[in-house]
Order: sequence, then structure tokens, then C-alpha cells
Amino acid sequence: MPHDHEHNHIHDHSHGDQLSPSGHPYRKDQDAKLTYWQTMEIAMRELLIEKGVVTPQEITRTIEQMDRRSPADGAKVVARAWVDPGYRARLMADGTAAIAEMGFDPGALRLIAVENTDQIHNVVVCTLCSCYPRNLLGLPPDWYKQRAYRSRVVKTPRAVLREFGTELADNVQIRVHDSTADMRYLVVPARPKGTEKLDETDLAALITRDSMIGVTRLAPQK
Amino acid sequence: MGGLDAGPVVPEDQDFALWEKRVDALMVLTSAKGLFTVDGLRRCVEDMAPEDYENLGYYDRWVSSVNQNLIEAGSYSLEELARKMEQVARRGETYGDCTGS
Repeated sequence: MPHDHEHNHIHDHSHGDQLSPSGHPYRKDQDAKLTYWQTMEIAMRELLIEKGVVTPQEITRTIEQMDRRSPADGAKVVARAWVDPGYRARLMADGTAAIAEMGFDPGALRLIAVENTDQIHNVVVCTLCSCYPRNLLGLPPDWYKQRAYRSRVVKTPRAVLREFGTELADNVQIRVHDSTADMRYLVVPARPKGTEKLDETDLAALITRDSMIGVTRLAPQK
Repeated sequence: MGGLDAGPVVPEDQDFALWEKRVDALMVLTSAKGLFTVDGLRRCVEDMAPEDYENLGYYDRWVSSVNQNLIEAGSYSLEELARKMEQVARRGETYGDCTGS
């Protein structure tokens, strides 16, 4: 999984033009001129610590948890649903309970699983901000938060999906799900052809983040 | 925003900067402690003037909103914030210099 962040970001320093272990360029934020909003973050954090609202340890732990979550968690849920019809039924009926059953913390949010088939393709957006099943997929990708995706996918989903390399036949119905503050969607991609002999672990390794947002479909395997 | 015209989607990713993760963590922790709700977070982001919304970065909007919610919750006052921000800004030039810990 290309965006599986295992390394520790807490001690992230600027390394010029080098790439980070996950293959992205380092950002200049640490060494660039302090911005107004960064000043506010530092002030807010220090005030909350001074007043005993949060501790530095809680902040560190929260960031570590955030770094540990990745699309691999969502992939395990999808792979289970593919191999276990009973689990699939429970996931479709009550996503929140079904992911808790696998040991994932659903938080306060309701998780709704939607399933892609030959006839129906689901894609998820948050037009208001960036609501995302972060407990299952980690933090949202940059494009999910950007204006281009949020404004256009509800209006011209076929064109947007094409930009992700996803061509859908005209007879496939597209359902765009707009997330809300307390409802998050997980797309269960269609199990690709050629995977009949794979076990749950190998299946999970095939399932990508973008397929669970619904901007791509999984390619058939040989 | 849904339905407005916009350019192509640029499918690129990024590593989050430390300060962005801290904003995220503060949002998660203070909302888990009941100081505000996701609705409160969104209200303050949606109340922004359209030009501010366009010009600010994603976590700029978040820090602005979390701060507004915490002031409303009485976690600290505007005056305390102003004093602390001045203090922070005097420490140096960069985020690394000023962040203290």
C-alpha cells in the first residue's frame, strides 16, 4: 500500500529536497517563516496545556494513533466481507457495529458501507469540508479536501472519475454519497476477477484507498 | 461548494506537516472532551467570508475554527490568546524556533 505511513512524523525535520520514507517531498513548514495560523496553533496548544485541558502526552499519543491508521485497516474489512457472506451482511446492515467487531474503533460516527457491483458504482465526497472514514482509512488524501473534487464530483462524476483513470460504461449507475458530520461512507469495491483462489490476507493487499473512496475500481488479476 | 465549477482534480498526496497534525490532534482531543462538536467545527468554517475560505489553507481554517469554539467554550479568553500569540511570535522566525517543545 503506497500510503502506509509507518515512520514517525513527530520528529520530522525539513530535509531539503529529499523524499520522506513514504516517497513524498518533505514540506518546508518547519523552516519557513512562521505564519499567523501556526502562531495560533502554538498559542492554543500551550494555553490548553497550561490550563490542564490536554497534556503533551495526549497530543503525542493522538498523533501516533493518527499515523498508525491507514487504508490497510479498511482493506481488512473489505476482504473479510468478500470471503465471509455473514460478515458482509452485517457490514451492509450496520457498518459501525461490523467494524467494531473486527476491533476497529468506530468513534462517535456512523459508518455506512455501500457496495459496488457491475451495475452500480458508489463514490464518496464531503462537499462541506472533508468528512472521511478516518478511523478506518487514516487521514484523507489532499485531493479529497480540495475544491476541484468537492465541487465537481457531485455534478459531473463521470468526468471526475475519468481523471482518476476510471471509465464506467454508460449503463453503470453512479451514486455519489455526500458525507455529513456524523455519517461516513466506506465503498466496498467489487471483488476483481481472477482472485477466486486468494485468501483473505492476499485479498486485503489488493484493496487500495482510492477504491474504498470509490474513485477507482480494482483491476482484474491474472 | 458542491456543484460549483472548478478545474481538474489533481490526484496528488502529501505528508502532513507537524503543525497540521497538532491542529488535528487538538481538534480530536478537545472535541472528545466535550468542549465542542463536529457541528461547531463546521459552523465556524462555514461562517467564514467566501474570500477567506478561498484564501486560507485547510488547516488554517481548522485552527481558526477550533480556536473560536474553544473561546466560546470558555477554555481561554481572547486576551489570553492575544498575549500568548505575541509571546510565541517573539521567540523566533520559524515554526521550528517558536514551537518551544
